[in-house]
Amino acid sequence: MLRYAAGQVAKFVLLMLAVSLVTFALVSASPVDPAQANVGQAALASMGDAKRAQVASYWGSDLPFHERYLNWLAAALHGDFGTSLRFNAPVADVIATRAGNTLALMAVAWVVGGVLGFALGVAAGVRRGSRLDAAVKGYCYLLASTPVFWLALVLLVVFSVQLGWFPMGFSAPIGVASSDVTLADALHHMALPAITLSVTGVANIALHTREKTIDVMESDYVRFARTRGESTWGIVLRHGLRNLAMPAITLQFASISEIFGGSVLVEQVFSYPGLGQAAVTAGLGGDAALLAGIAVLSAALVFGGNLVANLLYGVVDPRIALRRGKLSAHAANETAEGGAL
Amino acid sequence: MSRIDEAYAVAGSANAGSVGILADAGAMVSEARLPNAPVLHVPKRRKLSNRKATLACFVGTVVLLTALVVAGRLVEPAAMATDFAMKNLPPSLAHPFGTDWMGRDMLLRTLAGLSTSVLVGLLAAAASSVMALVLGTVAAVGGRRADAVVTWLIDLLMGVPHIVLLILISCALGKGFWGVTIGVALTHWANLARVVRAEVLQCRQSPFVAAAAKLGATRTQVAWRHMVPYVLPQFLVGLVLLFPHAILHEAAITFLGFGLPPEQPAIGIILSESMRYLTSGMWWLAVFPGLALVATVLLFDAAGGSLRKLADPRSAQE
Repeated sequence: MLRYAAGQVAKFVLLMLAVSLVTFALVSASPVDPAQANVGQAALASMGDAKRAQVASYWGSDLPFHERYLNWLAAALHGDFGTSLRFNAPVADVIATRAGNTLALMAVAWVVGGVLGFALGVAAGVRRGSRLDAAVKGYCYLLASTPVFWLALVLLVVFSVQLGWFPMGFSAPIGVASSDVTLADALHHMALPAITLSVTGVANIALHTREKTIDVMESDYVRFARTRGESTWGIVLRHGLRNLAMPAITLQFASISEIFGGSVLVEQVFSYPGLGQAAVTAGLGGDAALLAGIAVLSAALVFGGNLVANLLYGVVDPRIALRRGKLSAHAANETAEGGAL
Repeated sequence: MSRIDEAYAVAGSANAGSVGILADAGAMVSEARLPNAPVLHVPKRRKLSNRKATLACFVGTVVLLTALVVAGRLVEPAAMATDFAMKNLPPSLAHPFGTDWMGRDMLLRTLAGLSTSVLVGLLAAAASSVMALVLGTVAAVGGRRADAVVTWLIDLLMGVPHIVLLILISCALGKGFWGVTIGVALTHWANLARVVRAEVLQCRQSPFVAAAAKLGATRTQVAWRHMVPYVLPQFLVGLVLLFPHAILHEAAITFLGFGLPPEQPAIGIILSESMRYLTSGMWWLAVFPGLALVATVLLFDAAGGSLRKLADPRSAQE
């Protein structure tokens, strides 16, 4: 057990190092000059050489890549993730204020999408070949081919522009002090992005659960239960759910990467101030520190999800607990990758 | 009449003609093998065999997609033509998808955009699949170290959300056509590489490869005669099924502003520009191009699905 934990910690540290290094390498390879992108071409052209050098050293673009990375790494180990150039605030603060929004959005989508997908999958699997099954399957295949940002746009057109049920965007009403924003306001603003993410999150888990349900319903123990005279839904409740719930939960934990990716796009459509929107802003402005912070955080989230999925596999199947390792995570990933965006 | 139907017609007539136990037993054996097949009669209506239908589906989707790309290329000049007398028109017979704020016909713009997106997707998916083939094979035959390195690379790639990685790579390459193409190519090989690795490993451990080696076949002969036919179908199916992912990610990253530049017709550009006009009620700017994109992705999915059915012996007759 201790060895397993140590192994996971080592893996985590290595992953974080690799992700931050790759992020820094990619950002510094970018032809976007942070000084020019943030000060503006005209302003930069009108500056004297001394001023320009000052600007360059402020944005750190005069240092070679490895020095910048090592400086960042040394500070990060002390808990200082640098200063976001774009937001003019410490990266940790920017992330902290936005992480709440994104995590709430992801959590709702994770739970609602998971529960809904599971229910649809079980229903479709039990009534295999019925109209319900065809409808669920069709819905899932259609959703897997639908770009989440387009779905967000359509929902925005229908529910915000035409019907006016939901606000056009942002996480709070415009012109209201942040201290006056009520929970109802926040939920009202979060509803449409969360619905979009949940609706798309259904496809993967529903198709997976459907397959599993079909397997379970064809098993010998279900046949035996039938011969004892149990009803179909009794069988599902007593014999099916136990076998179906854990794989679904582990799959859901392994799909965090996808939900994060979806939230980047959805936040952009709804102008929702979360991590995804910050990542896009940082990317467009060449804000290396913020981009690295968000990339590392998202990698940590995904790692956490996969770790939980692995541990749960062990709980479900004692055989895997013995040789707990790559195999289970890969299996989960493979199914998680089935969905598109 | 398919070959199986023929066999059953023969088995049926043999059964009717003789009362011999042997013939009966023969019919029973084949009946046990395929319980649902008609034994005593031939179906009245000749149905197209499933395999042919699947093949037709595959060819049909490929032809449609090719036509789409060609049409998109041909209408590109017309799609760029502005006409300010015709701006902001809702969908009508003359302009089924409506027109935008510069009077450009949205149907033509969508066609041109889809064609660009499909081409970028094809290029990226093809490059990605080559990476997958090379890395998967290296992992399978290159020894433990190579395997560990490739597996770690895959884990690293899977450890960061695709969109974040795409943003990073596209930024590093200065956005634009190459930024998005290389970005999508670099992020999509992991799954296919895993499939190739597993297939090659399985093939290496199979009895027929061992037998070939014992019979004195050289490594090249084994690779050419056994590995390639074993891995190729899976690889091709994986490649076709990569297209939809690649196209969707291309559109997404262009939508976010890291992909194709605004002057190029692309679905991501059309949709991100439409965002500014949605509040004024111009819903057609977003709805129709998106629907067209969904339809295109579904076509690719159908092509991949039918190819998989054809390539996989277990489902070849479905």
